[in-house]
Amino acid sequence: MNDLVAPPVVAEAAAPPHIGRRVVRPNARRLTEGRGTYVDDVELPRMAHVVYLRSPHAHARVVSVDVTAAHAMPGVIAIVDGARLAQVCAPFVGTLSHMVGMRSAPQYAIAIDRACWQGEAVLAIVADTRALAEDAVETIVVEWEPLPAVADMETALAPQTPVIHAELGSNLCYHRELDTGGVDAAFAGADVVVEETYVFGRHTGVTMEPRSVLADFNPAERRLTVHHSHQAPHMMADLYARQLGLPEADVRVICRDVGGSFGIKVHAYADDFATVALAVLLKRPVKFVADRLESFVTDIHAREHRVKARLALTREGRMLAFDIDDLTGIGPYSMFPRTSVVEGNQVVNITGGPYNHPEYRAKLDVVFQNKVQTSQYRGVGHPVACAVTEGIVDLAAVRMGIDPLELRRRNVMEDDSYPRKGASGIVLEKLSHQQCLAKLETMIDYPALRQEQAELRKKGIYRGIGIAVLIELTNPGAAFYGVGGARIAAQEGATVRLDPTGVVHCAVGVGEQGQGTETIFAQIAADEVGLPLAAVRIITGDTAVTPYGGGTWASRGAGIGGEAVLQASRQLRTNILALAAAHLKRDAGELDVADGKVRDRATQATLVDFAELGRIAYFRPDLLPQGFQSELVVTRHYSQRTYPFVFTNGVQASYVEVDIETGFVKLLKHWAVEDCGRVINPLLLDEQIRGAIVQGIGGALFEECLYDGSGLLRNGSMADYLVPMASEMPDIEVAHVETPTRTSELGAKGAGEAGTAGAPAAVMNAINDALAPFDVRVTAQPFTPEKILRALNKI
Amino acid sequence: MKAPRFAYTRVTTVADAVSLLRQHGDDARLLAGGQTLLATLNMRLSEPVVLVDITGIEALHGVAVQDGFLRIGALTRHVDIERSELVAQRLPLLTQAVPFLAHAAIRNRGTFGGSVAFADPAAEWPACALAADGELILSNGTNERRVMAGDFFIDLYQTDLHPDELIIAVEFPLPGRQRRFAFTELARRHGDYAIVGIAVAGDISGGVMGDLRIVFLGVGNTPMRALGAETALNGKRGDPAVLAAAIASLSEDIAPSDDLYTSAAAKSHLAGVLLQRAVKSLLHEGETP
Ligand SMILES: Cc1cc2nc3c(=O)[nH]c(=O)nc-3n(C[C@H](O)[C@H](O)[C@H](O)COP(=O)(O)OP(=O)(O)OC[C@H]3O[C@@H](n4cnc5c(N)ncnc54)[C@H](O)[C@@H]3O)c2cc1C
Repeated sequence: MNDLVAPPVVAEAAAPPHIGRRVVRPNARRLTEGRGTYVDDVELPRMAHVVYLRSPHAHARVVSVDVTAAHAMPGVIAIVDGARLAQVCAPFVGTLSHMVGMRSAPQYAIAIDRACWQGEAVLAIVADTRALAEDAVETIVVEWEPLPAVADMETALAPQTPVIHAELGSNLCYHRELDTGGVDAAFAGADVVVEETYVFGRHTGVTMEPRSVLADFNPAERRLTVHHSHQAPHMMADLYARQLGLPEADVRVICRDVGGSFGIKVHAYADDFATVALAVLLKRPVKFVADRLESFVTDIHAREHRVKARLALTREGRMLAFDIDDLTGIGPYSMFPRTSVVEGNQVVNITGGPYNHPEYRAKLDVVFQNKVQTSQYRGVGHPVACAVTEGIVDLAAVRMGIDPLELRRRNVMEDDSYPRKGASGIVLEKLSHQQCLAKLETMIDYPALRQEQAELRKKGIYRGIGIAVLIELTNPGAAFYGVGGARIAAQEGATVRLDPTGVVHCAVGVGEQGQGTETIFAQIAADEVGLPLAAVRIITGDTAVTPYGGGTWASRGAGIGGEAVLQASRQLRTNILALAAAHLKRDAGELDVADGKVRDRATQATLVDFAELGRIAYFRPDLLPQGFQSELVVTRHYSQRTYPFVFTNGVQASYVEVDIETGFVKLLKHWAVEDCGRVINPLLLDEQIRGAIVQGIGGALFEECLYDGSGLLRNGSMADYLVPMASEMPDIEVAHVETPTRTSELGAKGAGEAGTAGAPAAVMNAINDALAPFDVRVTAQPFTPEKILRALNKI
Repeated sequence: MKAPRFAYTRVTTVADAVSLLRQHGDDARLLAGGQTLLATLNMRLSEPVVLVDITGIEALHGVAVQDGFLRIGALTRHVDIERSELVAQRLPLLTQAVPFLAHAAIRNRGTFGGSVAFADPAAEWPACALAADGELILSNGTNERRVMAGDFFIDLYQTDLHPDELIIAVEFPLPGRQRRFAFTELARRHGDYAIVGIAVAGDISGGVMGDLRIVFLGVGNTPMRALGAETALNGKRGDPAVLAAAIASLSEDIAPSDDLYTSAAAKSHLAGVLLQRAVKSLLHEGETP
């Protein structure tokens, strides 16, 4: 969003360079004063509200629906079912062609005749207000015929299990195998083999602002404007156009303030299409704002995985081979358009990622079940891959009596071995595992911490230290979606414009969801054009205004969007110098730009400022030489094409105390050393790392969508679903190693997800380290007191 | 979700509140801090026709010592107890318990009376009322009735409160010099309702425990008094064998059931751990054998 009024607040000196400084987010003040504009703040004339009647069953046929009473309720405008909406909005299938063999079934904006998960919408009730629509819903009588539900992913493929989509023939969505060829030989020849199974609880991202859509269709010109709380506005514009048969040019998606996203808001939900289709059908604006309760049964879930892992080593502790078998349950439909197989696919690609082992085998089964759809949520597969890798490495360390830090030191890829490939085939530009491990060791004063642990143990206090090395996929090229046929932009664009008052406006395809993206764009533009931060305005989140872009996902905002801003800003600076040269009748080479002024390079004397140049260029071009035309708007694009992804790396450590009488885990401290390349804003970066670690801790200790055997969610409210809260969180110390990527001039890699990737593994390893004297381990997240007490045989 | 339509009235006397309760019967609800009631409305779990806001009834506010009792008015907010010097001096059990009760924002609105009336078996105040031998003062506008906490909590969310009554206050006998208190609980996140908690009151004389009142929260349909454990500990010092016997007797005293995250077996185990910890914290250094 454009911050027209509030000038940026700068923590440190406002002088350049801005890149690398702890610049405070200019938009923070607006948001904390309650002056943000979220979708629910937008009110349009004749706006109606929709509430969806959702299935109370995991799997059921709709036998009949009686809406007679509802039609008579006050304020009710329309009651629309799936069949009617299908006439306006085409069904969609969440598959990608490069995921060979993956299948899914067509999904409708509103389910027709059959609901496939508890929470799937079967009817839309549109009324003057949300409250009136809810009143009407209560009067609707639906006769359901419950069908057998597939709840447990372990039996989803068993012959006696019903098949959710008969036309697919089975509940298998996707199967993948990866094999370097020598795995069996490696295990046969290994001195040490360790084996363990890791279970990951299904959980979800809980955004402060729920999913929200306000669709405004103007039938006179057949133009659609959608106010959306979303991470990828251009993707949504394209999808709305296709599914509703409108020219894309006539669809505009606006994302003003977005109150948290975490991947939850990067997907195209059935509710989104239904709301837009209703606006088209009813020819008036329709607003849908999910409430918290329905969010739990409609927002994507993630991470329901069971991974069996084996690791082979030599007696010196050299890793020879990893072998994993991953099973994941994704709900009844693969999510559109990014699919629900990427998470499992990442587990396959990334497990074992930091290490030198030559052999690797992985098997992945992605299965359908009658639960909420799963898909990409912050970290996408990394928290699973990292916990499996680091869990089994720790197990090997325990078995072999080697210090866990030392075992890692012996096996991480050497800092001077890049560029290179990992065993799974991933290409790594340049990582810094050795530097990061060294830094972590001093940061946590490892020997002292081990000594403290040993002394406390004698007093019956059980503390544990857990380490997790990680790699993280960022700055993707087209490898993720584009090659698979999804129209999700892999490039990013930025348009910078000098206006007559000397202020630079910068429009970027990547938006802001609370992480500070706009602040770092402003820093880059200020440095590269050469003007104060306060003279930069950022515009994002409007497909009618910004360059076409992919949006926020896969930790690409800073690395891809930031580079586009850099390139555009650099060219604008050149154009400003050309204008100054023409105006001053000097050679551009003799001139320089700083702080919004053009100076004499030799004497550093100020010659003219941007406002004066703007005045001349816009109002008095007659004063400029004939044949010179100023160009004060520049657009540049950037796509990362050197590698499929630019990997980052880092290492985390967790220090915990386990109360062995109660099974409670106290998080004492958490450390992260991470390398995301060039650091643009250490303040925002550290907060990204901390927030992401907290989300990772959530999965490790608290968060789980608990289902019963018939596929019903048992804890779908903020009282029962435990998000991590401040009281339980440890202090988190963050340090950086900077290995800039050479794929861009900016050199920045992604940073938003690595915290989530490493935290669960670090916490799990710390707990198991604390439990080591009792010779028991826990490997099923979240690690509840109940599970720890059972492991300890206390109950 | 949005709350269904309801009417709202604010009253300033008990008599007015009661007359509305009589007029509307089950369709009326008293509204105190709203920290339980409004959530149930927003989730459409209850759909009262009229909310009777009682926060304007002056007589229900405040903490005072009178006639050998500490009197806590029903509308005393959790935060008022948290900050009360009087409570800290005269009935420190409540001061010990209040940090476990929800979060600051909720403590700023939620009331003592609302919590006792709602009678959540995992809530702090009902257990404290029982442990500190509180007496509830109930009124139907014309008559006042007194009910001991031990008789008030009948079953899950069921109390002895009549449909046309309000809780006016809870009165606690002022503890003697030898009386000590302990409160502790286990919750996954600070401020959540407890998985298991314990409130203990007892006279300690030369390290010997007497006249104990041990009450658990979260392990039954009401706050649960552990009479077996009290018997096992009364007249004894807190040595390991005595504690073990007290823990063993808990199986008769409490009746936990599984919740979403914790099994009944785990709760029973945790109750034993808390009993041990509470007894230890009751005894000063040198008093433990
Ligand atoms: C997130 C959250 C966490 C919480 N955690 C805890 C916790 O850890 N421990 C805990 O104990 N509580 C907890 N609570 C509940 C909180 O303490 C409530 O404030 C309390 O239970 C009810 O008090 P109230 O004044 O808000 O009552 P209200 O919500 O206004 O009313 C509750 C019920 O009591 C009735 N009532 C209220 N006052 C009277 C009266 N004087 N006479 C007769 N009936 C009356 C009402 O009619 C209603 O039925 C939590 C609440 C929330 C929202």
